[in-house]
Amino acid sequence: MDAFAKPRASELPVQEIDVFTDTRDILDHANRAARKRKLDDWLVCDIDAHHVETVSWHELVEYIEDPVIRHQAMLYQQEKLGGAPYGLNGDMGLKYQDVGGRISHQAGLREKVDDTSVHRDVTLTRRAMQSLGVDYMVLFPTPMLTLGLHPQPEMEVWLGRAYNRWLIDRVLTQDDRIKTLAYLPFNVPSEAERTIEEFSGKPGVIGFCVPSTRHKPVHHNDYMRAYAMLEERGLPIAFHAAYHWQDPSLSTINRFLGMHALGFVWCNMVHMTNWILNGIPERFPRLKSIWVESGLAWVPFLMQRLDDQYLMRPSEAPHLKRMPSDYMREHCWYTTQPMETTNMKALQLTLEMINAETQLLYASDWPHFDFDLPQEIFDLPFLTEQAKRNILGLNAARIFNLDPTPRKTL
Amino acid sequence: MTEYLVGPESDIAEGGRKVVACGETEIGIFRVKGELLAWHNSCPHRQGPICQGRIYPRVVEPLDERGEVRTLAYDETTQHLVCPWHGYEFNLQTGRGQGGRGSLRRARLKLEEGQIYVLL
Repeated sequence: MDAFAKPRASELPVQEIDVFTDTRDILDHANRAARKRKLDDWLVCDIDAHHVETVSWHELVEYIEDPVIRHQAMLYQQEKLGGAPYGLNGDMGLKYQDVGGRISHQAGLREKVDDTSVHRDVTLTRRAMQSLGVDYMVLFPTPMLTLGLHPQPEMEVWLGRAYNRWLIDRVLTQDDRIKTLAYLPFNVPSEAERTIEEFSGKPGVIGFCVPSTRHKPVHHNDYMRAYAMLEERGLPIAFHAAYHWQDPSLSTINRFLGMHALGFVWCNMVHMTNWILNGIPERFPRLKSIWVESGLAWVPFLMQRLDDQYLMRPSEAPHLKRMPSDYMREHCWYTTQPMETTNMKALQLTLEMINAETQLLYASDWPHFDFDLPQEIFDLPFLTEQAKRNILGLNAARIFNLDPTPRKTL
Repeated sequence: MTEYLVGPESDIAEGGRKVVACGETEIGIFRVKGELLAWHNSCPHRQGPICQGRIYPRVVEPLDERGEVRTLAYDETTQHLVCPWHGYEFNLQTGRGQGGRGSLRRARLKLEEGQIYVLL
């Protein structure tokens, strides 16, 4: 038979994915998976995705309210050679998430964007939403997640509020499917309250976020007014995890794998322990707390640990009227990612223990190295279809008051 | 079985690849140590585009006679194909995953008169 009479294989346009590859090409298989599962009929809310706000730092610093700091920051961004973005602390050079170039979308999305009618981050977010099959995507910053450790508390206020204002102005007002949990400058309680007052109801703001890497006790009396304000407004508070090598308890870890595995969980375990044992859910029973990007495997451990200890020492947690795990199951919500799946029996038990049908919220964490797809929930063999629909979108629609009608095109 | 014509063997040099669509099925063809190998472009982890990932030599950490370590090193005799989605690594020659979870799915090739065919 003549070779040229046979069907020809066609070469894919992208032979090797790199930082310049279009998001839609990187996630082409994800889009196919979403279409195969007919996700266009399912509401999918992605409660944790990211952009790299420091790419736009020169824009963001223009939104700093303090005129002197704003002037300093703008000049710094224009003139400084060899510095990190103005005012930013954290593990600036210790960001090994891309595994030495193996996972390029984590290193950077440098793809071509021709549409200048909206901010580049709007286009990148839309591409990700379409590819993953997402109706609403909640954007979080990335390097700013360690601002809670800043030696200047006021810098968290300046930059956190500038970020909120910039994000609303340049991104959220451009597409009502993109949402945020606005940055709460938690280290200065009065400024946290001011932020709740000012940003509640702003376009795209559906709650508030406390980046979890900080050494402030979440049960301190200073925060009670902020919690009351959020409860009164029906707005959730999210604790978004991160890692940092300055934590002495983690400082012996020499591999990023270990740091990521523990760091992203440890900060939220500490805050959750304080949150529960000090009776915050009893004091503010309608306040919804969301625990973001710590995965799920830590929750059954902490439930059992706190329950056991509580029964032996109830006098140390006098606000509690029930077991710690009851509060963790009924007053707390959890995002899925990075969902641990190497032991499916353990995962099944975890989802039962947290009452996933009502308390679990799908999150992708795109474009990070451990991102999760909606199919990971869709394909779980031990959940009912209703439970999957709740986790993928309807639970989020309920707690964030979103229209549950799917809006995406795949 | 359908035979899909990919093109001349000479198109894929040592260390090179060609990732193609044969109808709805994507296949990556690689040349390793002179041999042509083909894998389905679907990572067993999350069905990511494994064949469009980077290739790295396997990383090792040599121990000295005291059981101590000093540097990491590349084992240049073992090439790994790395999934660009989540970093899962597979031996490019055997398809076996590092860590023992899953293997790549091999695709059959036919070489005839200097042309490569994928057999599906």
